[in-house]
Amino acid sequence: MDTLLVPPAALQRRPGPLWLLAEVTYRCPLHCAFCYNPVDFAQAGPELSTDDWLKVIREARALGAAQFGISGGEPLVRDDIEILVREARQLGFYTNLITSGVGLTEARLAALKDAGLDHIQLSFQDATREANDLITNTRTFDLKRKVAAMTKAAGYPTVINCVLHRTNIDHLDRIIEMAVEIGAEYLELANTQYHGWAFLNREALMPTAAQLAEAEAVTERWKARLGKKMRILFVTPDYQTKKPKKCMNGWGEVFLSVTPDGLALPCHTARMLPGLTFPNVRDHGIDWIWHDSPLFNRFRGTAWLPEPCQSCEDKDKDHGGCRCQAFMLTGQADATDPVCPKSPNHRLIETALADAEKPGTVRPLVFRDPKNSARLARPF
Amino acid sequence: MTADSARPAINRLFRFQWEPAQQAHVLLYPEGMVKLNQSAGEILKRCDGARTVPQIVADLEAAFNASGLAAEVEAFLEMADAQNWITWNTD
Ligand code: SF4
Ligand code: SF4
Repeated sequence: MDTLLVPPAALQRRPGPLWLLAEVTYRCPLHCAFCYNPVDFAQAGPELSTDDWLKVIREARALGAAQFGISGGEPLVRDDIEILVREARQLGFYTNLITSGVGLTEARLAALKDAGLDHIQLSFQDATREANDLITNTRTFDLKRKVAAMTKAAGYPTVINCVLHRTNIDHLDRIIEMAVEIGAEYLELANTQYHGWAFLNREALMPTAAQLAEAEAVTERWKARLGKKMRILFVTPDYQTKKPKKCMNGWGEVFLSVTPDGLALPCHTARMLPGLTFPNVRDHGIDWIWHDSPLFNRFRGTAWLPEPCQSCEDKDKDHGGCRCQAFMLTGQADATDPVCPKSPNHRLIETALADAEKPGTVRPLVFRDPKNSARLARPF
Repeated sequence: MTADSARPAINRLFRFQWEPAQQAHVLLYPEGMVKLNQSAGEILKRCDGARTVPQIVADLEAAFNASGLAAEVEAFLEMADAQNWITWNTD
């Protein structure tokens, strides 16, 4: 009887993760005020060992994951990145290093290439040294230019990510021009997402509506001029577009992130959410974590959604938005994301946007460093 | 339009491979994956930067015991080019 060959629906498992992001460390030589890392990163437990990471890589690949991203912090402060890349690549992962470029020497680059690293994404904070150094609070701009040239010479496409915010968005024309000068194939312009340190610095980082409109116009001009020569992706800020976004394509659907101290998360920032137990990869296999852990099932799908989402026609599109954003703004992780105009808390967004328009407000930046982290001792 | 002597190759921004979990050929790129149907997989498998389009067509026709595949292959390559999946060797 061929029906026996088809397992009952209840036994058919959902697909495994497609994308494993290893946040290998919270250590970072830079101090970006827009960093999405938790503000209290200084209190995180000890970093995973090389063997712990190798286990995570093998288990995620066995579940079908095909993307392996390495970020942090600055991943290159660890000296075992080459080992992790080699294992991941050999198992068939597409390997992507997300780096500020600090620590990427010729020797290190050669070793990574030899290990099979597929791709490097370089973050640029700004095109002018003054602004770049202001927002990262270090002198790293010349180095970034050098690193971009080096990776290009090694045969990597040059892929640059630049986070946009109030203090650099007016330099966008120069930022794009510089990406062209160094021969970038791809430029991602990501408006700040207000998580972690960025949430703490939200007042100082939020651009005005006029700044944002100008930035989009500048981007469109360059796009028309450059065509396929350099692709530009402009990631719109959800505060301004008022469009809630799914957590990483849906909670527990494709994305698995592991923190430096081993917590498995359905999105980069979920460790801030209250009342949840975060499984540690030291104690549990990835298979159990992905399919069976209460955390990964907590906000999976749409059945858990409150009103007004539950009866909204867009619920499959956005799953009620970002859980961390809902929690940071309303104190409730299962609330409708306030960026949605239908949220009963949407005025919180309107107020933040109105504040961004107020001239003369003093907007000090709190830089991301271990001292501020220990002093503030709060998740965001 | 591309000359008959141009030889398509997978763009180095992508990696082409067989993916057991998907039971399909895929194109991998940073933070993404395109799952290919069988004919797309078979065509891209032959985009090695050495074979011309007529050679690829002949090869597919021989492998699948078919004829008249030129139009389908050319249409796919045009789409693949628009998606940036392939580049063209012309020297
Ligand atoms: S955003 Fe800046 S401070 Fe945060 S990890 Fe990246 S480079 Fe380091
Ligand atoms: S009400 Fe909920 S489901 Fe509807 S658009 Fe807003 S966030 Fe999305």
